[in-house]
Amino acid sequence: MNNSTQPNNFISDEKKLRQKRRERADSRFHWYGLTALGLALAFLVFFFVDIIGQAVPAFYQTEVKVNIHYVEAAKTNYNKAVDHKLRRVVSRAWLRTLPVYLKRHPELIGNNIKQWVPADSRVDQYIKQHNGHGLKSKYQRIVDAMAEEGRIRQVFNIRFFTSGDSKLPENAGIFSAAVGSIFTLLITMLIAVPIGVMTAIYLEEFSEDNHFTRIIEVNINNLAAIPSILYGLLGLAIFINFAGVPRSSALAGGLTLALMTLPIIIIATRAALQSVPSSIREAAFGLGASRWQTTWHHVLPLAMPGILTGSIIGLAQAMGETAPLLIVGMVAYVPDAPDNILEAATVLPAQIYTWAGESLRAYEERTAAAILVLLTVLLSLNGLAVYLRKHFERRW
Amino acid sequence: MKKQYAILMAATFLGLAFIGQAEARDQIRIVGSSTVYPFSSYTAETLGSTTKFKTPVVESTGSGGGMKLFCAGNGMNTPDITNASRRMKSTEYKKCQENGVKDITEIVVGYDGIAIAQSKTTAAINLTRKELLLAVAAKVPSKDESVLVNNPYYYWNEINARLPHRKIAIYGPPTSSGTRDAFEDMILKHNTKHWKVYNDAGFKHFHAIRQDGVYIPSGENDNLIVRKLTKDTAALGIFGYSYLAENTDKISAATIEGVAPAPETVQDGSYKLSRSLYFYIKQSHIKKVPGILEYANLFMNERMIGDEGECADIGLIPLPKEMRDHYRSHLKSLVRIKLEDFAKK
Repeated sequence: MNNSTQPNNFISDEKKLRQKRRERADSRFHWYGLTALGLALAFLVFFFVDIIGQAVPAFYQTEVKVNIHYVEAAKTNYNKAVDHKLRRVVSRAWLRTLPVYLKRHPELIGNNIKQWVPADSRVDQYIKQHNGHGLKSKYQRIVDAMAEEGRIRQVFNIRFFTSGDSKLPENAGIFSAAVGSIFTLLITMLIAVPIGVMTAIYLEEFSEDNHFTRIIEVNINNLAAIPSILYGLLGLAIFINFAGVPRSSALAGGLTLALMTLPIIIIATRAALQSVPSSIREAAFGLGASRWQTTWHHVLPLAMPGILTGSIIGLAQAMGETAPLLIVGMVAYVPDAPDNILEAATVLPAQIYTWAGESLRAYEERTAAAILVLLTVLLSLNGLAVYLRKHFERRW
Repeated sequence: MKKQYAILMAATFLGLAFIGQAEARDQIRIVGSSTVYPFSSYTAETLGSTTKFKTPVVESTGSGGGMKLFCAGNGMNTPDITNASRRMKSTEYKKCQENGVKDITEIVVGYDGIAIAQSKTTAAINLTRKELLLAVAAKVPSKDESVLVNNPYYYWNEINARLPHRKIAIYGPPTSSGTRDAFEDMILKHNTKHWKVYNDAGFKHFHAIRQDGVYIPSGENDNLIVRKLTKDTAALGIFGYSYLAENTDKISAATIEGVAPAPETVQDGSYKLSRSLYFYIKQSHIKKVPGILEYANLFMNERMIGDEGECADIGLIPLPKEMRDHYRSHLKSLVRIKLEDFAKK
């Protein structure tokens, strides 16, 4: 080796220059990364601030104190229960329940009671000073006068959590959608988790590595990536048209979402099973355990945290899904909460979709509030998944 | 453990197979047009909250999608009522008959109309549907009608010398809107369906609106369009008819083929930018699902579709009084539509 003829690369000026260049590239890269992260954070913060800012007013509902005339005529025409000029100020959703209420409480007839009742959504939006409230100037003057007399107040909007969808925004809530989501998700869980886990166990622990299983593997990986709306078409064809499951029911939706979630659970479970070291299996086999005993007693418990995490993430994804449900008829106007899995139901994301398309201004804040509720549920689900992984995972 | 799982799974699948047999339903199912949807679901809600019946489920599938579901058969898995913003087609009727949906009652609930409006201070303008098409379509026929070209018109008098030298600027609903659908149907599809140069170019229902800034999609908020029209006095705006009526102090309507939009001109059909809204009842379900007639009667009630009804409040143009009575009697005697009916009109 003839080193002496070569310049010493490790102390020359050229080297220093090169090192400087490398360091500059290094710090540039560092900044690119930081900028990307900063941008992503900025989007996230903007989104949350925007959604929360829009959603907060939805949790308050304006009420007005008016004279309610409990007269005989109100039994057939509820408009008779309030002064003519207040007809557009009082919520019609509340007014129209009067006839039934009067029939149940006939002793009220003949009374004139000053009471707090929910206000119409336009009045509500006007009081909240939102653009596009849509309240005519004639009524604006009435409402202004009422506000001066202290006959207007804002209360917690409990209806948002206890009532279903409504065409009158002041009466619209997420209850029926939430119940529908729970039913749908339960079915998805009951179908997708056992089938997915069993499939993964079979593929990972029992099957031989041949062409057939390899084709299945490739297919499962592909299925996890296809657009979810295709599962909707599949669900429509198999469950509704062939098996006769009622359209729009939580059962139809749950089964369809189960199809969509299956590949995710299978892939997550297989990864969890693969992470269990083979020494565990060998030790079990060495003591004479059968394949099933090995899996059931040793491998599965060790893989459980991973399986649970994968399943929860799969279910969270199913919970936020609308596209396949559109096809099986779950994006519909369903104000009553379903009593069982065969009745028509809708789900939270579908409710958000429906409200986002409504023209009245009051739905805007309700859309944001529903998004907030859905996000909270999804974040808790993902948080649970993270907790389970951190708490129970074992490393080798 | 394994055995229990196997039994559970088997039970699930058996259960699935039997669900189709359970044919009882106590909740009305309604599908169909997104234009009728607001009125239909409003009525559904009123039925649910003021009577003992469950609130009907209303799904907005579009008129065509609704017909397809409605005509699929008589099973309890098919809808009881379908809404439509156009009449049932004879092909759809035949499909219904083939699938055993024999007895269908047709009801008209009201009208849907579109107004072309401008600032009240601007000189009156009269347009034809064809002129409107030439103003808003992305592609229009060349002067000799041989090929389709990108829309070259920027002033109304370029379309027709009779019209004023006035900039074409049209504020209208965005693609998500039902009014936009109606506009595309009545102006674009209606005109291009039988226009040779469009058909030759392979368009049966041409409905692309130009995107070079002449047509300005303005959000669902009609208030905003009104405000823009008062400032931009050369511009036109497209509204659902009900909105024009509420803002007559600021805007006035362009006449279409010489007719101004008004309840009377919509009702007698002389104002061309309007259409009837329908719903269809499957008679075989009336005895099986409780509340169908109650729903239909409530919908046809003066309280809903009358001149001062609640549906009029949310944008329905009421039928004339005698038409309302006419369709009420249809409903009362459950008149069936026949194939001959489609030959008329």
